[in-house]
Amino acid sequence: MSALLEIENLDLYYGDAQALSEVSLSVDEGKIVAIVGANGAGKSSLIRAIAGIEKPRGGRVRFRGNEITGQESYTTCNQGIGQVAEGRQIFPTLSVVENLEMGGLLPRARAKAKQTMDEVFTMFPRLAERRDQLAGTMSGGEQQMLAIGRCLMGQPELIMFDEPSLGLAPTVVQEVFHIIRTLNAKGITILLVEQNVAVSLKISAQAYVLENGRIVMSGTGGSLLHDDRVRQAYMGL
Amino acid sequence: MPSIDLIANVVIAGLLTGLVYGLMALGLSVIFGVVRVVNFAHGEMMTIAMYCAVVLFGAFKLDPFLAVLPVAAVFFGFGYAMQAGLINPFITRPEHSQFMLLVAVAIIMVNVLLMIFGPSALNVQVDYQLESYEFGPILFDKARVLAAGMALATSAGLFAFFKYTNTGKAIRACADNNLGAKVVGLNVKHLYALTFGLGSACVAVAGCMMILLVDVVPTLGPGYTLLAFVIVIIGGLGSMPGALFGGILIGVSEAMAGLFFAPSAKSMFGFALLILVLLFRPQGLLGRKP
Ligand SMILES: Nc1ncnc2c1ncn2[C@@H]1O[C@H](COP(=O)(O)OP(=O)(O)OP(=O)(O)O)[C@@H](O)[C@H]1O
Ligand SMILES: [Mg+2]
Repeated sequence: MSALLEIENLDLYYGDAQALSEVSLSVDEGKIVAIVGANGAGKSSLIRAIAGIEKPRGGRVRFRGNEITGQESYTTCNQGIGQVAEGRQIFPTLSVVENLEMGGLLPRARAKAKQTMDEVFTMFPRLAERRDQLAGTMSGGEQQMLAIGRCLMGQPELIMFDEPSLGLAPTVVQEVFHIIRTLNAKGITILLVEQNVAVSLKISAQAYVLENGRIVMSGTGGSLLHDDRVRQAYMGL
Repeated sequence: MPSIDLIANVVIAGLLTGLVYGLMALGLSVIFGVVRVVNFAHGEMMTIAMYCAVVLFGAFKLDPFLAVLPVAAVFFGFGYAMQAGLINPFITRPEHSQFMLLVAVAIIMVNVLLMIFGPSALNVQVDYQLESYEFGPILFDKARVLAAGMALATSAGLFAFFKYTNTGKAIRACADNNLGAKVVGLNVKHLYALTFGLGSACVAVAGCMMILLVDVVPTLGPGYTLLAFVIVIIGGLGSMPGALFGGILIGVSEAMAGLFFAPSAKSMFGFALLILVLLFRPQGLLGRKP
């Protein structure tokens, strides 16, 4: 079993405020790994630091054994690290097709972009129906599908999901989880940050609990799901 | 009261000049719309382009329509380098320090031009400058028509670039959602620099055309910077068609002011228009509501 993504002692600051301190974790290839934590714990910061959008002050990030710490996001994306970001971050005045095209501009994905777009349209027929609609005028659920489709355009080997179910209707939430499992079954490794702690622990092989920028607990998804502290703090049980 | 024919002639001349203004303003608008940096050296760059055309004409008898190519290429490279080297490091700093940076660049440009060319007016003398096309009572200056055509063609090229090419779409994506652009792995700094390069190339073309219409002195720069602002605000910040439309409005209003009042009242109408727009349609005539 090899680790696809390894993080060692990562420190991240915004000005003087520390957002991550000595975060270490590893994500095994082919697995779903969950990060659980309260609002402001640093989950999104961790994802952005891995992606190279925020520059960590200390520590290392390795992907497939290559050090990628502090590299720009166009480099990390091109290594195969994809992201479905918090708040979706689609391009509102670009059409659905144009949004997808933007995901497929990475050198690693460019040659196959047409074919990948067909695959994305097969997976999300709704996007195909609305291919020329401006992305900003779509519903929240459709935008989330677009964000996922756009990420797939880059042929990622790892997808970091940041609260993909936030603000969506229950049936759409189920659909999102179904998609995550389908992608994982196709061999894509998943790093999952979710409000919906119970479901995310249920589907993950490994999980970490982040509190005030530190990892305070880790274990298999199943073991954390039955841990009293986790149940109390994050599932309100 | 001037005759209808005279008015028609003046309006058409103003409209044609306005297209060249519009191209200059388009450069400012594109840079601001994407990079969110206000190029306070815009008009100074316009005058530099005019001097480039003068020098190329003087040295090689190069027609300004041909000078467009080398001057635009050099300006593109210069704009790219300026954004990548000078402005990118300032992007996260407070706005007043960006402002100071670009104002400093502008002042340096004016003074370097003064050192090289002195304060007297220069121009180019092409043989078609006195020719005109006649349609009944209306005369079209040939140089003005060609200059406007070049401005229109350049703008159309830019519109097509943004609409149809991957790089153009990627630049729009950066403008739309900067974080989103980083999320999908677009090289935002490179795209910003390209945008500054493209905006500079627009100014280069506009400057080469403008030298066919007016003489150049180093101190024209600040006036053009202001003019470009007025146009962009009237047309609508971030609206590309708005910049062209605003340019035409200003061109026509300048010409009318010259006709009905005095040539020195040229900018008066433009500013009056600006005030009206700010009062009644602050997002600009073709701008989107924020
Ligand atoms: N761009 C920023 N500038 C300054 N501080 C920031 C920035 N982004 C996040 N922070 C701070 O860093 C800390 C961690 O924020 P982060 O968004 O990573 O938390 P989170 O776990 O994703 O929270 P949530 O569940 O609310 O999304 C918070 O205290 C937040 O205020
Ligand atoms: Mg978050």
